[in-house]
Amino acid sequence: MISIVDYGVGNIQAIANIYKRLNIPARIARTAEELAGAERIILPGVGAFDWAMSRLNRSGMRGVLDDLALSQSRPVLGICVGMQMLANRSDEGSLEGLGWMDAEVKKFDRAALSEREHLPHMGWNDVEPRSQESLFRDIGATGRFYFLHSYYFAPKNQNMILGVTDYGGLFASCVRAGNIYGVQFHPEKSHQWGTKLLKNFAEM
Amino acid sequence: MLRPRITPCLLVKNGGLVKTTNFGNPKYVGDPINAVKIFNEKEVDEIIVVDIDASVQHKNPDYALIQNLAAECRMPLCYGGGVKTVEQIEKIIGLGVEKVAISSAAIGDPDLIATAAAVVGSQSVVVVLDVKKVESRERYEIYVHNGAQGTGLHPVEFARKAELLGAGELVINSIDCDGLMTGYDLQLAGEVRAATNLPITVLGGAGSLQDLATLIERFGTIGAAAGSLFVFKGRFRAVLINYPSRSEKDALVPRARQAVI
Repeated sequence: MISIVDYGVGNIQAIANIYKRLNIPARIARTAEELAGAERIILPGVGAFDWAMSRLNRSGMRGVLDDLALSQSRPVLGICVGMQMLANRSDEGSLEGLGWMDAEVKKFDRAALSEREHLPHMGWNDVEPRSQESLFRDIGATGRFYFLHSYYFAPKNQNMILGVTDYGGLFASCVRAGNIYGVQFHPEKSHQWGTKLLKNFAEM
Repeated sequence: MLRPRITPCLLVKNGGLVKTTNFGNPKYVGDPINAVKIFNEKEVDEIIVVDIDASVQHKNPDYALIQNLAAECRMPLCYGGGVKTVEQIEKIIGLGVEKVAISSAAIGDPDLIATAAAVVGSQSVVVVLDVKKVESRERYEIYVHNGAQGTGLHPVEFARKAELLGAGELVINSIDCDGLMTGYDLQLAGEVRAATNLPITVLGGAGSLQDLATLIERFGTIGAAAGSLFVFKGRFRAVLINYPSRSEKDALVPRARQAVI
């Protein structure tokens, strides 16, 4: 069973609907009790870093979540700000991140972007897989995903990078450290490609 | 590479979808949830839904409708209409909407842009400018409350201000071109494009795939939004939801690459 963490941020229902259409059992967890025992975890996110982080910290689920991710090594997929929260810190805020991945979140450098590239990075872009990762099964390099962000995930170790996207240079749009995965784009809003990725996460 | 966005803009009135001409004469075109389901199948880039009653009638956003739309959308959703406070914006983002559009409220109180961006992040704050050309003075002016009320503000000046305050996107909507399907106001689009580094989306006037292509050729990766084009078919404006195929959209990408700007 996949548990979608509902801490009041992100497209909970859209993710749940995709799994419903795929006939993959998924449930929405709003309390520590509902989250306990989760086999796989999706951590969605939309909004500013501190806003999302403080809501997660206040949700009452933080302890169970840390335990599932770190002690029990359950697969976790962080989406957009949900991915950024996996890092130690973010340029966007002052709160501490979850610190589950050795990484920080940086603001896109305006100077590195061309005149034709605007901020935020908004719209459909390509993700080039860096490995034969099962998250990209049946997607390969043909996937298109919806991005909506001004900050990007910068892992300390390049081995964490599963996929890259070009916007004023390459940035890590998909990362992994052990059982923890993160995607900068919104798979729940990326049509067939996002649906495949969510299916792959459920079946890994 | 980042692709141009081709975005249907749907207007809601009394719970139903309508399409207007020059912001008036609303014609009923169907049910919003049903339209979203069809647009899902067509793999639409993103969608804008604006409740055109809410601001004018000083109503709150219809949260039940927004929640249903967000759950149904398999593409990103931008909601607008009746949004006046940061609390409303937080609530709407919490319902699973990616972007919230503010217009009258942001123009009346530009600081709303900054406070909203601080809470939900710039990327989720969209400022919509409804613009009319004041012929007597040969200049553009922002209108509010469904085009009923002039503000004396020039869209270029306000675009710069919105960017400084932390907006994440500008939607430039031409009241003069709305529903006419004779092409975008490229002059207006060009003036705003040149004034800001934000992503912009142009709305009002698109009547054919060629109109989208012309905009993209001129401005590169930009948002090309349309209402009538995606809900009407043929000379008699029969209601039929439609959208370019993936290959038609792919053909636009090289044109974006060749754009001069």
